[in-house]
Amino acid sequence: METVRYLDDTGIPLRELPFSPEELRQGYRALRRARLFDEKAVLLQRQGRLGVYPPFRGQEAAQVGVALCLKADHDWLLPSYRESAAALTFGMPIHKLILSWRADPAGWGAPPDVNMVQFYIPIATQIPQAAGVAHAQRLLGKNAVAAVFIGDGGTSEGDFHEGLNFAAVFGAPLLVVVQNNGWAISVPTHKQMKVERIAQRAQGYGIPGVVVDGNDLVAVWNVAKEAVERARRGEGPTLIEALTYRIAPHTTSDDPSRYRSEETTREWERRDPIARMKNCLAHLGLWDEEEEARLSEALEAEFAAELALADQAREPKPWEIVEQVYAEMQPDQKAAWVYLRGEA
Amino acid sequence: MIAERQTRVLNNVQAINEALDLALERDPRVVLFGEDVGTMGGVFRASDGLQQKYGEQRVFDTPLAESGIVGFGIGLAMAGLRPVAEIQFAGFLYPALDQILSHLGRMRHRTRGRFTIPMVVRAPYGGGVKTPEQHADSPEAILAHVPGVKVVIPSSPERAKGLLLAAIEDPDPVFFLEAIKLYRGVKAPVPEGYYTLPLGKARVVREGNAASLFCYGGMVEVCLKAAEVAAREGVELEVVDLETLVPLDTETILASVRKTGRAVVVYEAMRTCGFGAEVAARIAEEALDYLQAPIVRVAGWDAPYPPFSAVEHYYRPDAKRVLEAVRRVLTH
Ligand SMILES: Cc1ncc(C[n+]2csc(CCOP(=O)(O)OP(=O)(O)O)c2C)c(N)n1
Ligand SMILES: [Mg+2]
Repeated sequence: METVRYLDDTGIPLRELPFSPEELRQGYRALRRARLFDEKAVLLQRQGRLGVYPPFRGQEAAQVGVALCLKADHDWLLPSYRESAAALTFGMPIHKLILSWRADPAGWGAPPDVNMVQFYIPIATQIPQAAGVAHAQRLLGKNAVAAVFIGDGGTSEGDFHEGLNFAAVFGAPLLVVVQNNGWAISVPTHKQMKVERIAQRAQGYGIPGVVVDGNDLVAVWNVAKEAVERARRGEGPTLIEALTYRIAPHTTSDDPSRYRSEETTREWERRDPIARMKNCLAHLGLWDEEEEARLSEALEAEFAAELALADQAREPKPWEIVEQVYAEMQPDQKAAWVYLRGEA
Repeated sequence: MIAERQTRVLNNVQAINEALDLALERDPRVVLFGEDVGTMGGVFRASDGLQQKYGEQRVFDTPLAESGIVGFGIGLAMAGLRPVAEIQFAGFLYPALDQILSHLGRMRHRTRGRFTIPMVVRAPYGGGVKTPEQHADSPEAILAHVPGVKVVIPSSPERAKGLLLAAIEDPDPVFFLEAIKLYRGVKAPVPEGYYTLPLGKARVVREGNAASLFCYGGMVEVCLKAAEVAAREGVELEVVDLETLVPLDTETILASVRKTGRAVVVYEAMRTCGFGAEVAARIAEEALDYLQAPIVRVAGWDAPYPPFSAVEHYYRPDAKRVLEAVRRVLTH
């Protein structure tokens, strides 16, 4: 299968780009914003101010490119734990994300105008649900779409297959985005499956499958845009495989030296999605170091303000454990709630 | 015999690793597999070094699919191997529930013994170490509710090693749940060499007359701590480690209740329909006349286990909550 690319490895456009100069700048800003979040999150984790955190370094374009095509109050996002970049680009406030990775219930619920489901931890379970969410849009007479993310390893689960087949059979307006980052913790993709390209499987479901350079923002963005348009026209789901690489450890508690050498990592770092996009803009004369400095300053300030907001959040209370289990608190939860109130 | 052996101080992961090593060495039919089990040696390192030692045929990584892992293992077992599967966290057993509920425990019965499943499924379970969402589940009651499977939950390195070897030798499927909290949290002397400990036996880990605490896995150290505190006030609690939930050693439970007349059942899974309910029911059925107070359960609340948050320790029973229950049964 051909891999869709718009930029070469250094970021020089290979053909005419399907976005306006302002859009391209917007895309770059979104990438930088994601990178900054990831770097800060890893730092916060090291300081003990975040729980276990799954970094997405190197995968920014694969997530941001998709999220840029969605409207948070209209479309839907069902991310796995890896997709903080998709989440924040989609519209999740940064302080909510910080709280979420602190496992503070205050971070779990997306704001009412952000249709994002809390990060999925059990792998692949989000896929059939996303097919349902997407199909519901049509039953409800909306032209909204859903985007669901999964990793290369996750495609081995039965739910991946069931969800894709459901989406195909019902023609659900769904984007299934597989970030093929080369690894499922310690298991490399070639040990996970015998197909060359995950997107080839689309044929088995009778839906379009696309392979895209996941470190090329322009390519991911345009592939996702076309898939969203097709979905909105009622032409059903698309399976998108974004080829990328997990530069960082699986999570902040993982030690990759147990299972891989970092030669390949260094190679992929040369295709860094952010450097490529910056080079692209510079090449087109759309960016200079002054703008870069302004952007850095703005992003730092935004993050600092959001972190302060997160830090101000009141501590989670013990009795919240038994809240939101049912619409109305039932006797067993009520008894626990009363006990836990007494504890605090 | 075991008592005479040389011992070394090991933690639970090391003891489990040693058991797996010995099983692979002793029986060529034993194969070890699961997610990240091979090259990496498991996310908790339970199979550390074993692929290097026994090769990729016998210790291997599988695709990321729990239903696949259990179903594949059932196939391996039916064909004559001795599969030892690892599910990365007990909370990720759920995709395999179809294989577990429909086949794992039924194959012997539905083929009238023609095909059997001498398979072990190991899984880390339970909380107390600030894991993310769904990484701290305790699904033992779900598993115990499946006919034909055994459920074993060790609470110390020495027990873990001997029980795991017994589970691997066992002719029926065995779930072997390992408390994450104890993996590195506990170190103790472990006898060298191959030995098995009997499945289906509970053990009294501390003797006392005032009341009986029934527990298993990660709750044993909690109950021992509670017993220690109570002892300072002159209250001698008996602590019974159930160790094998299925088949349950009802006799040891009843003997303890007949002695103390008071029972507290401690488990960290959600309270409703948790395994402690089964223990309480058996006591009520068989030893009601000996009870001087109602049986009390100390368990997780009826809610999902909270992830690595500041409130986790309010969910998982601790010595304080156990002692509150003890006070209730003593002052009834
Ligand atoms: C059902 C289930 N099984 C196992 C796990 C444990 N686990 C967490 S991440 C992971 C690897 C996932 O790899 P991949 O799908 O490629 O996504 P990536 O982490 O690379 O983003 C595993 C096995 C889980 N979360 N859920
Ligand atoms: Mg992956």
